[in-house]
Order: sequence, then structure tokens, then C-alpha cells
Amino acid sequence: MTPTPETTSATPPAAPSRHVQEIFLGEGVPESGTENLVVNLGPSHPAMHGIVRIVTELDGEQVVKTDVEIGYLHRAFEKECEIGPYNAAMPYTDRLNYVSPLINNFGFCSAVEKLLGIETTERCQYIRVILSEISRMSDHLTCVGASAMELGAFTVFLYMIKAREFLWEVIESVTGARLTISHGRVGGLKADLPTDFEAQVRRAFAETRTVLEESHKLLTSNRIFVDRMQGVGILTREEAIAYAVTGPLLRASGVPFDVRRATPYWVYDRLDFEIPVGETGDNYDRYLVRMAEMEQSMRIAEQALAQLPGGPVNVDHEGRPFALPAEYVDRGKLGKTEGLLITDIRLSPNLAGQERRHHEKVNAPDKRTVLPPKETTYGSIEGLMNHFMLIMDGFGIRPPRGEVYFPVEGANGELGFYVVSDGTDRPYRVRCRPPCLPPMAALHLMLEGGMVADIVPTFGSVNMIGGELDR
Amino acid sequence: MQGPDILARLQERFGAAVLATHAEHGDHTLLVGLGTLLEVLRFCRDDAALQFDMLMDLTAVDYLTYPGREDTPRFEVVYHLYSVPHNHRVRIKAGVEEDAPVVPTAVPLWPIANWLEREVWDMYGLRFAEHPDLRRLLLYEQFEGHPLRKDYPVTRRQPLIGPRN
Amino acid sequence: MGVADFFTTKLDAALGWARKYSIFQYPFVTACCGMEYMATACSHYDVDRFGAGLPRFSPRQADVLFVVGTISHKMAPVLRRVYDQMTEPKWVVAFGVCTCTGGFYDNYATVQGIDTILPVDVYIPGCPPRPESVLDGLMKLQDKIAVGRQRY
Repeated sequence: MTPTPETTSATPPAAPSRHVQEIFLGEGVPESGTENLVVNLGPSHPAMHGIVRIVTELDGEQVVKTDVEIGYLHRAFEKECEIGPYNAAMPYTDRLNYVSPLINNFGFCSAVEKLLGIETTERCQYIRVILSEISRMSDHLTCVGASAMELGAFTVFLYMIKAREFLWEVIESVTGARLTISHGRVGGLKADLPTDFEAQVRRAFAETRTVLEESHKLLTSNRIFVDRMQGVGILTREEAIAYAVTGPLLRASGVPFDVRRATPYWVYDRLDFEIPVGETGDNYDRYLVRMAEMEQSMRIAEQALAQLPGGPVNVDHEGRPFALPAEYVDRGKLGKTEGLLITDIRLSPNLAGQERRHHEKVNAPDKRTVLPPKETTYGSIEGLMNHFMLIMDGFGIRPPRGEVYFPVEGANGELGFYVVSDGTDRPYRVRCRPPCLPPMAALHLMLEGGMVADIVPTFGSVNMIGGELDR
Repeated sequence: MQGPDILARLQERFGAAVLATHAEHGDHTLLVGLGTLLEVLRFCRDDAALQFDMLMDLTAVDYLTYPGREDTPRFEVVYHLYSVPHNHRVRIKAGVEEDAPVVPTAVPLWPIANWLEREVWDMYGLRFAEHPDLRRLLLYEQFEGHPLRKDYPVTRRQPLIGPRN
Repeated sequence: MGVADFFTTKLDAALGWARKYSIFQYPFVTACCGMEYMATACSHYDVDRFGAGLPRFSPRQADVLFVVGTISHKMAPVLRRVYDQMTEPKWVVAFGVCTCTGGFYDNYATVQGIDTILPVDVYIPGCPPRPESVLDGLMKLQDKIAVGRQRY
């Protein structure tokens, strides 16, 4: 090899910079002889719960300080709600806590109903309870499944997602979609339950119970799982209350606060259920609380199904037989519109559940708010006018001026909607109180002092849902 | 304690500092001035009969385009308080003028106020005096403006920021 | 000569066949679509039978970047960086309408379609797309991988 000219150069290579010297030679650094390492658990990370950035300062494996940065999924929910009429906010509320969207939907509807001062029918409230509990179960299944997967228990994840699929099939048969359902309407629901709902739910719950039993056998006394989760990520009772943490995390820390018990809404005061409470507030307690809550949710849903009222049966008011359509048109032209409501209109199968006989069962009897049933809309001029008045710009649901706060028990804690109305058909301000913001604010307490490997299970047990946190 | 009793207790303690109360739709609300806000919140937390140990929510509302409120302060900062031992709630509001949007911080009372106040700063531009770390929470530093204000159009585009180097 | 072309096209076809059945995805999951992504990846709508069942959470080891869920302006630089860090050959799948066009989030915080920052190969619309749609999109991606000129 021919020698290159640079090797015979007279100037020596530059000495390594002082910073490098400090790290490698330990000179000029604090007495411990080491420097803390700053590691960025970046926004895109394998823990599938949500995007968050945790900047950790590590001393070896110990976490000394953390800084949690959120906001990577900010989608301007609150600003978008101010654009359209009240029911147009429904798809946005779906995507808040997207694993339990029905709870958000119904929470928002209930807040606006409180503002309007209307009372929904009993059947509607029972259905809201049943669907909320199914949603809550799908959230807990996803959370526990994903946390188990992050610890290496991939089987449990597959089993729980399988159970979730059964629940989603039930939701799909009711609402038409699996995940983002937009089922709630101010004053009621989009449609009634399908006829074989109870059978479907029993099948889905039987499967879910099998899955929960199998997961219990795999995880609850599993040495590895217990060692990794017990005593890790502790949030004491005082810290939890100071940080306004609610939901399973607060219950795992020993405070039996559940909005369904504290300020009962819908028909929760008629149903019998327990509130599982933990002791130490570590990850293992949160896991146990969530598993117990799933069982309680099934109990609530089964009781509600048993108590589900039939609702007023549709009465064919006049008892008049169906006449030729031409005759109805002629009568309508002459202004004789009484009795035209019994026009036999057959709706498309897509609108199953929204027929008139179901409509009264799930919607409040309030013409200023709730769209009339399709037969009335298409079959009579009053119905059509009513429908138009609710849909057109500037008309529609116009709550009185004022403000209201309505808390519901979301899967992660107290989900509150604070709605301010200025009397027009557009909400003036919609504020969603996110249940997972306080645990994320308190995350640094749970992580500091622990080890790097504990960050993932702790973060998993917090069940951060980006849509809700960042709105 | 029932809602009216809570308001009565606060009124008896603070007298003229309470600007207004209402109980529309079952939510008992107290409107105070910015000067006495911190005292009221501290009393709410520490008083044995009230014991509001949880700051459920801290948010703000921009009343710029609200019909009929042209002469009241533009912003209103809203505190939703909950008491775990007594299971009661109250809402405390305080008006904030547009030209002096500084609010006393509630961080010494409830640590959760740290993030909630950062969000209010991010979305509305209301500063919190003596906040330990007032930076944006949900948006990035290069973002211009405070989006939940009524004069910020929802479809305004921001320039894309490149990867950090 | 013609003979050399015969070999390269057969090699292309072989490589394309191998690549399309061994997709290592980088699931860049942000939002609600992530739930449908999980559902697609799990046992009911198994994506493993397409050879795409192993996610690789390091951009260096992944071929396909599945951008799942809304990308906000705060997240966009991170996405771009992850894409830049991926090694060739790489493909991008825009999963969900938020990544295709911004969805119904026409506001100050959302990137109106990731094709404003990355080149996209397959768009899977839906809010969120049903797992069957995702599998259809995956099969289209497989066709694209198999048919295109292979990069060595």
C-alpha cells in the first residue's frame, strides 16, 4: 500500500473535546463520577397506548426525573364543536376516548339534555346504560390486553382482542359501526335495539367470561407478571386526590369514588353493583381493579337487560284502513291533514330501529329537539316541517342561554362535559374534562424512583387515550 | 352539604367579594373577582365543612361574541371543584379582562392546576402569575396564536415545522 | 442482451414475490385507527396469514410504514424523521382518512393528508376502515410490491 501524504503531516490530531474527556475519563464531573443520561422515549414508541413523549433522566437504570410532553394528537375537538349544530358534535365526541366511544356520545348528549331541561325516556336510559357498560368493557379489555402484551404476554392480548371482537359485533348490530358509532342524539338515540339483542349480548358475555377466566389463570398469579407489576408505579391516595385522578387509578389507590355511585345518572341508582377498590395503588392493583370492573359491567348490563322496559307501544291512532295514495294527496291538498299520519310507509332496511314504533321508546317526546320518526317526516307535512326546522341552519336545537357541567363515569375516570350555550343552535363552548389528563400529569410521580423497565407497564396501566388527552 | 348551603357559606365568609351566584340547571356557581379568587379557592379547599380537595377542571371561556355580554370581562376562568369526603360540587368563576389577562395560579393548592393552567395559556393566552413552568401543553412552541379564542378561525393554517436537528 | 433482461426480470419477480410475503411493518399508531389496526393484526382478521404479522418498532428494520391515525402538526416532524430513517426499499400506507386527506379535522392542528409530507403508496380510506378494507389495502400493496421494479 502506498503511504498517503496525510500520515506524514507534522500537526498531531486535535485532542478530544473536554466533554468527551469528562464522560470517558470521569474528570471534572460531580463526585459520583457519573453523569445522568437523558433518554427520550419519543412520541412514536411500541407501547401502543398513545403518543406521548417522556424525556427521562437516568442514573443507570434508575429514573431520576421525567418530563412528560403531550399534545401530539391535538385535533381541536373543542373548536370544531363550536362550528356546527349540537348533533354535529357527535362524531367528534366518538373520537375522544375512541375505545369507549358510546360513553362520550351519551355524556355529551346528557349534558345538552341537562341544559335543555328535558328528560329522556326510561328505555333510552336503560339502553344507554347497557351500551356504556359494553363500551367500558371493550376499553378495559384493550387496556389490560395491551399492558400484558408489553410485558410479553402476547397470548392474553390475542384473547382479549378476541373478546372485544364479540362485543364489537354486538355494537355493530345496534349502531351500524364497530368503533366510531355516533349513536347518541340529543334527546335520545339514533335507533332502538335490534330484536335479537339480548341473545347476542348473552353470547358475547359468555365468551368474554371465558376469556377473563383464561386471562386470570394466565396472569393473576403468574410470578413474572406479579413481580413486574406489584410495587411498581405507586400512586398514593393523597397524591391521587391532589392530582384529581379519578377512575380505576383512584380506586386502586383506595378511594371508592365512582361517578355512577356519587352522582347517579340515567338509571344507575336502580342497579346493583360493587365498586372494586385496591389498596396500594400500584400497577397490580390497577390490573385487578380493571378485571373486577369488567365483571361488574357485565353484571350491570345483565340487570339492565332484565329490567328493560318495553316502552309505549305504537298505537295506530285512528284505526283507519290504508287508502289509495291518490286520495291522501287530494286530502292533503285540501288541507285535511288529520289522519294522514297513518300512511303506511315502509322504510329502507338501513333505517331499521328508527321506525315510529321504536322512536318513542328511545327518544324524548320533545319536538324542539328530537327529529320526528321517518314515517312522519315522509308521510305528513307537519313531520316534514318539523324535520326541516331541526336541521336547517339557525334553527334546530336551541338550548336556553346558560352553562352546565355533566359528569359521567368514563372508562378512565370522570368524564365531564361543560357546555356553554348562547341561545343559538351552535354550542358556544364545549369543554371535555379528560379523565386521563390528571394521571398523565401525575405520571412523573409514578415513574421517578423506579427503573427504566417499569416505565412501560406503568404507562400501560394508566391507559392514556390520546384522543381524550389531547382532544 | 347541599348546593345552596355551600353558596351560603361562601357568601357569609366573603360577603361583598362575591359578585354573583346562580344555580341554573342544578349547578351551583359563584362569580368572584380576580383579586379574591385565590382566597376563595383556598377557603374552599381548607374549610372543614367544604373540603374541596379535588380540582376537577380548570378552563376558560371567551365571551367575545356572546350576545348580551359586551360590557363584562372578555374571558372567564372557570374552576370545577369536587369534595371527596362530602361528595359535593361547586363551580367558581372569575372574569378576566382582555387587556390584563393575568390570573393568580392555583398550583400551590392543587398540583393538577399546573397542567390545566398550561392548557388555558395554550388555548386562550391567559397568563398565570407565578406558575412554575408556563409553556404550551397541547401545541408546539412555534405555534402562533391562541386557538380557542373566538377571533382565531378554525381553519387557519400554520406553517409546517421540520424535524428537529 | 435479451438474455440478461430475462434474468433480471425473473430476479425482479422472485424478489417481488419474496418481499410481498414478508412485510415488516412499522405501525406508526396515533389514534382511533389504531384500534382497528389492532383488530386486523389479531386473531379474528389475522394479518399474519399475509406475511405481515410481525411489526418492527425500529425504522431501520421495517419496510412498510403504516401511518395509522391522525397526524397533527406537532407530530409531523417525527413522522418525517421516522420515514427518513427507514432504509430502502420502503413503502408507505396511509391508513384511515385522517392520513389520506385530514378527515373531518379541517383545522389548524391537523396535517391535511400525509402525502403533503411523505410519498404514499396505498391509501386506505375509512374512519376507521373496517379490517376487511385494511386487508384489501394490504393486498393492493402486495401487488404494488410484486409488480414494481425492485430496488436491490
